[in-house]
Amino acid sequence: MDWVIQTHDLRKVYQMGEVEVEALRGVSFNIQRGEVVAIMGPSGSGKSTLMNTLGCLDRPSAGEYVLDGETVANLNDDQLADVRNRKVGFVFQSFNLLSRQTAITNVELPLRYSSNSKYAGNAKGRRARAIEALKAVGLENRMTHRPAELSGGQQQRVAIARAIVNDPAIIMADEPTGNLDSKVGKEIMKLLLDLNKESGTTLIIITHDPTIAEQTQRVIRLRDGLLESGS
Amino acid sequence: MSIAQAFLEALESISGNKLRSGLTVLGIVIGVAAVIAMLAVGNGAEASITGSISSIGTNLLFVFRGSPESQQEAPDRSSAQNDRPLTLADASALADPFAAPSVAIVAPAIQGNGMITFAGENASTTITGVTPEYFAVRNLELSEGEFINQEHLLGRMSVVVLGPEAADAIMGRHDGIVGESIRIEGQPFRIIGVLEAKGGGAFGSEDNSAYLPFTTAQARLLKRNARDEVDVIFVQATSGETVPQASEEIANILRQRHRTPIGSDDFTVFTQQDFLQTFGAITGVLTIFLGGIAGISLLVGGIGIMNIMLVSVTERTREIGLRKALGARRRDILIQFLTESSLLSLIGGIIGIILGWLISYAVGQIAAANGTDFIPLVTTDAVALATIFSAAVGLFFGIYPANRAASLEPVEALRYE
Ligand SMILES: Nc1ncnc2c1ncn2[C@@H]1O[C@H](COP(=O)(O)OP(=O)(O)O)[C@@H](O)[C@H]1O
Ligand SMILES: [Mg+2]
Repeated sequence: MDWVIQTHDLRKVYQMGEVEVEALRGVSFNIQRGEVVAIMGPSGSGKSTLMNTLGCLDRPSAGEYVLDGETVANLNDDQLADVRNRKVGFVFQSFNLLSRQTAITNVELPLRYSSNSKYAGNAKGRRARAIEALKAVGLENRMTHRPAELSGGQQQRVAIARAIVNDPAIIMADEPTGNLDSKVGKEIMKLLLDLNKESGTTLIIITHDPTIAEQTQRVIRLRDGLLESGS
Repeated sequence: MSIAQAFLEALESISGNKLRSGLTVLGIVIGVAAVIAMLAVGNGAEASITGSISSIGTNLLFVFRGSPESQQEAPDRSSAQNDRPLTLADASALADPFAAPSVAIVAPAIQGNGMITFAGENASTTITGVTPEYFAVRNLELSEGEFINQEHLLGRMSVVVLGPEAADAIMGRHDGIVGESIRIEGQPFRIIGVLEAKGGGAFGSEDNSAYLPFTTAQARLLKRNARDEVDVIFVQATSGETVPQASEEIANILRQRHRTPIGSDDFTVFTQQDFLQTFGAITGVLTIFLGGIAGISLLVGGIGIMNIMLVSVTERTREIGLRKALGARRRDILIQFLTESSLLSLIGGIIGIILGWLISYAVGQIAAANGTDFIPLVTTDAVALATIFSAAVGLFFGIYPANRAASLEPVEALRYE
């Protein structure tokens, strides 16, 4: 099997003063390359914590995690930053675009931090790739607009272009339609699924919305930091 | 991320918040402007004083009565009662080309103040009794007429060479006045020459002076205890290099003539160099003082920048979290904020340099309007120093905020509201 994500007994403990909060209490599952997976569960069940761990934004307190063939549990901060840059594309609920920058500059941002010789010190190459990504999300006519000049759906498209610009192994979307009305949310979901079909990029979506979960191949359900189903 | 990119992003960020950036750099602007202006004015003053010291003559030495110590304590004649006065004979001994080969010209003089009068107009002026050599030693030039010559001296003639200011004061003009008769302390004198204006000097204005033959002044206006007593002997050395030798030769001759043992001279030899050195010591203190002001203002400016950078880091916590999520390393964030703080400070420095230059230009204009010949000088050294220093201040005071930004945990930063 071609696993893009392999976890074994992932645990995450937050220290809140005296109290220890166990956000993940031993989570083990694998995800195949190209799979579309939804992570569901009630609020506080550990979905965001899991996503932060899978996205290499945070290290697990214990357990093993192999992302696209790389053991990442013990990497230092800068190594994690590099892994995020190369392998992970994030889509956030609140878009998280730089408000002062144009769409194309926002999309280029991951490439600016790339150590790939294709982009490092090659402003033209970065721009060309960013334009491709914006075309892929259907925003070739909005490239020089700033976020304030774009609708919510368009902003999320810019964010998706930014997520795919560096050809990541996985795209992680934390409630990507949470700030959008249902019609626009459907369009965004369709875009994510289309991108998955075209490029085969693994897609992990955290969601509350059962209609979204229905469109995915698999649903991982969390409760109180444990897998309920979907492993 | 490359430095060029960091520079562009910093520029965007600074220009995206112009009012705040402007207020932030105000401290640096004012500090640098003050330093540039003060250095320029100081340089201008130095140039003008050095110039006026040079303008009193070339390779010049001054011989005064009294020991060097008494010159420093109280440079007036009363404290030197026990010292032998300098005499005309001393002066001619110094002119001996065998005993003093480094001496070119010797000019003894007596000096005092007096009232000059013309057609009912009075003015107080400096009266100097001189020999013909005086004019050469002091680099004086005539706008009309002639200097005092040997004939005037021997004949104890009632002739006077006037400085232009003295002439203006009583006659309202200083040209076409040769041959006119004026009164000095009530006695009639004929004007034989008028000097070229020299501008204010460090030793009072030569322009407000009346020069008489030494013998005339001695006999009729500036009476001294002994008939051949002089107040000061001006000596010109043969060249700039021989000034120290000339000083040695003069001291040896006078020690012999006054029979004073070494170490208890009753005369003092000053060179122009001595004056310049004294002046250099004063400007040194001034420079330290200005440096202190510069340091304090840059410190205050730097703290202002640090403060705003800390605010900026807090405001942009989410942005930092996002950049880290997208792959920015510690170093990338560090460079981003350090570039921003340095650039901010550098812009302040450049504005400060321009402002300081304008201020010193204005000071120069005001001085010119008031008739002072003094040009403030903004040196490239000062500009380079201000540029480097302001950037360094931004860099230094940016370290703490930038470090704070770079140390943010991406998860925490992204959650920040
Ligand atoms: N940084 C943190 N510090 C302390 N506790 C945290 C932190 N992040 C999450 N938690 C706790 O861990 C648990 C799981 O949170 P989270 O992963 O955000 O759940 P979800 O995204 O499913 O709502 C919750 O009890 C939450 O309070
Ligand atoms: Mg959550």
